[in-house]
Amino acid sequence: MLRGRDIISVNELSRQDFERIFDAADEILEAPGKWSSVLRGKIMATAFFEPSTRTRLSFHTAMLRLGGEVVDLGEVEKSSMAKGENLSDTIRMLDSYSDVIVMRHRLEGAAKLAAEIAEKPVINAGDGSRNHPTQAMIDLYAIRRFHGRIDGLTIGVLGDLKYGRATNSFIAALAKFRVERIYLISPPQLRVRDDTRELLSEAGIEFKEVERLEDVIGELDVLYASRIQKERFPDPSEYELVRGSYVITAETLKGARSSLTILHPLPRVDEISFEVDSTPHAKYFEQAALGVPVRMALLKLILVG
Amino acid sequence: MAEKPLLVAKIRNGTIIDHIPAGRALSILKLMGITGKEGFTVALVMNVESRKLGRKDIIKVEGLELKPEDTDKIALLAPMATINVVKEYAVVEKRKAVPPRIVEGFLKCKNPSCITNQRNEPVRPRFRTASYDPLKLVCDYCGLALTFEDIARQLESRA
Repeated sequence: MLRGRDIISVNELSRQDFERIFDAADEILEAPGKWSSVLRGKIMATAFFEPSTRTRLSFHTAMLRLGGEVVDLGEVEKSSMAKGENLSDTIRMLDSYSDVIVMRHRLEGAAKLAAEIAEKPVINAGDGSRNHPTQAMIDLYAIRRFHGRIDGLTIGVLGDLKYGRATNSFIAALAKFRVERIYLISPPQLRVRDDTRELLSEAGIEFKEVERLEDVIGELDVLYASRIQKERFPDPSEYELVRGSYVITAETLKGARSSLTILHPLPRVDEISFEVDSTPHAKYFEQAALGVPVRMALLKLILVG
Repeated sequence: MAEKPLLVAKIRNGTIIDHIPAGRALSILKLMGITGKEGFTVALVMNVESRKLGRKDIIKVEGLELKPEDTDKIALLAPMATINVVKEYAVVEKRKAVPPRIVEGFLKCKNPSCITNQRNEPVRPRFRTASYDPLKLVCDYCGLALTFEDIARQLESRA
């Protein structure tokens, strides 16, 4: 049951929860018109204390497509936060105005605190460097749509595996399924944290940490790329050294399986070159489009079951 | 071999905390909220020989019977500690200190980006015990773990 629940991190969700959301998203895609008044009279409040394009807009679109209404906190600089109002008081206000709160915040645990304060369900649209549960739903749903399954696939996760909240949530969500193997591809300084290794080991998932994409590209069914944040490197010249091995080009893909799909939570900077966009591997724009039906499914399940 | 003389007299009614790692007794008192101003007679023995630990500290508090929820905190600093409840000079109960399942309020998360480290938010740090041996507490908000060394460092620096 997802009705009335907070969505704070992937860890609190079961495989069945994911599948329920995916099934509902399938139904929505089959007959989009059928859902246009499911949430009539409901209000979703969005509070993005950090920048967002896709997440905020796709939540808004999802709510509007379900017949609901949206209120938005707007830019923090123009709200009472600029006068020094804290998160807790802001959440209390949104809780009294709306039926569900969607929020993003720079600090880790901010969504958890908001969920403790609010009586209405809180959906975490990203906090700190670990949690972005709705992105993980979209990513796994994309895999299910493009490959027909998640179990049994070999998946490469490339980029900033230490600080990236999308990659962290994606890996944690994969651990709920029976994938064949996960390759964690990153420079040494951006490898996954110990608790991610523990999580995968406990789930009985075979994984391997590698530095070069070229070494494993031929084995992958899915390549999940993400942005390597330049600012994470203490020395810019170190970044320049590793940069090349994490840019996906047509050349990189020469050894890939024909059925390989490339996903990316977006925004991309330069990790996937434009020439890849026109190959059959490129699925990241289709993946991003799935953000709306997946978030529609989630909002519907949380608000009316 | 002649028996060693007792350093501290027996207590009549109260609590003895034994098997405290050497040098931690003061931190333990602090953790239990005993400042010396409560009026209890408190005896503290530090760095005595111990078969289990090599060297150990012992605390005796006359007139105070500690409840399990009070003593469980002790396990955060002294995982081997035993708590003896004394009545009329006899030990009537002996129990091991077990770390609490949830630790709320008195430990700080070491993640500077954790919401619990924001001064202007009304939130108390809260940890869950993820592992007892070795001790590992996980922040309920950000998920970062505190190891036994982190916990000891924090509690000792306040003593």
